[in-house]
Amino acid sequence: MTSENNQQSINQEQLAVYEVFIRSNRGLDHKHVGSLHAESPEHALMYARDCYLRRSEGVSVWVVKSTDITASQEDDIPNFIDPMDDKPYRHATHYVLPENVTNM
Amino acid sequence: MQTVNDAEEQLKFDQRIIDEQKIEPTDWMPDDYRKNLIRQMSQHAHSEVIGMQPEGNWITRAPTLRRKAVLLSKVQDEGGHGLYLYSATESLGITRSKLIELLQTGVAKYASIFNYPTLTWADMGAIGWLVDGAAIVNQISLQRTSYGPYARAMIRICKEESFHQRQGYEIMTVLAKGSVEQKEMAQDAMNRNWWPSLMMFGPHDSDSAHSGKSMKWKIKRQSNDYLRQKFIDQTVPQIEALGLEMPDPELKWNEDRGHYDSGEINWEEFYQVINGSGPCNYQRLKHHKKAHKDGEWVRTAVRAYQEKQTAKNQTNVA
Ligand SMILES: [Fe+2]
Ligand SMILES: [Fe+2]
Repeated sequence: MTSENNQQSINQEQLAVYEVFIRSNRGLDHKHVGSLHAESPEHALMYARDCYLRRSEGVSVWVVKSTDITASQEDDIPNFIDPMDDKPYRHATHYVLPENVTNM
Repeated sequence: MQTVNDAEEQLKFDQRIIDEQKIEPTDWMPDDYRKNLIRQMSQHAHSEVIGMQPEGNWITRAPTLRRKAVLLSKVQDEGGHGLYLYSATESLGITRSKLIELLQTGVAKYASIFNYPTLTWADMGAIGWLVDGAAIVNQISLQRTSYGPYARAMIRICKEESFHQRQGYEIMTVLAKGSVEQKEMAQDAMNRNWWPSLMMFGPHDSDSAHSGKSMKWKIKRQSNDYLRQKFIDQTVPQIEALGLEMPDPELKWNEDRGHYDSGEINWEEFYQVINGSGPCNYQRLKHHKKAHKDGEWVRTAVRAYQEKQTAKNQTNVA
């Protein structure tokens, strides 16, 4: 690897990674669409526009520094999230309605 | 003072409402729209939270372990609904502590139904079935409200409400098919909860102070009377299926209207309860204040932890 290449890759790594979220339409939640490198939040917003919003994909963009996101650990999900499958009574389907009762 | 810029923004806002577009927190909005939303959404949030009290009253005395587990889950859901709604209300620029203060000083209201006592176990049936049933009718309509965060909170809440009404109706079914005493208990709980449930939809359209603007701004999508009628029409057959007497002798199918007719609501009672003189108003607020005060140590601990972490991070950086 030449010293020039090395220099470039260091520069790339010095840029922070931003996660990009787009609201495709008013009234909907922002959804994660991808990420990019940028030197500031303002630039991240512009890059997000240039990269992810080229075909009227949305009406609003959020950029969030990846390091500012605290995430759950994929491997730990069974311990971390309890869907409480042993409590089926928390779902409407658990209750049998009389045949003549509708609208509930 | 209305500036030129405001006038322009107003036009844009009006057009968004006409076009059925949602208003989002960062958008310009008229002060009255914001105020109206804060009033309605906080009232809704307070209702979820205060509503835990009448049902919480029976958790320790539920007749079986299963009933107890179900009731616990339901009450827990309502606490979560309160949280969704407080967060959505905060997006309008009001703080949580201010919202709590307005509730505790009696400035903000909550659904008047929660100022009635839960006298017997059958009240748990009647509340789930009728009160949650009425709330669902209202909330389904509000899924189309014009304020984005409110609409999204409603969609989330409606998904979770589904079991509340059914567990209530199941309690009623068992009691209505049980012993003479059980059936009487079911009838009594339904009779007592029927009228306050109808009151949940608010005053008649002709007397509703906030309805006009709320409808114009599409905060409310359907009128009080329309939603109340919808609730009556869907509930009467459910009363028949239980084999109970009608709670209102004037409930009769009207062929011409294609709806059930019903008796007049006691509006004097409604306003009395709203204005603080219901059987449990004092108790509900007193308990809320106590619970809030009892929880102060948790908030203190959270703040202490936060300060410690900040100090630790500063030392690490230095
Ligand atoms: Fe709820
Ligand atoms: Fe509920």
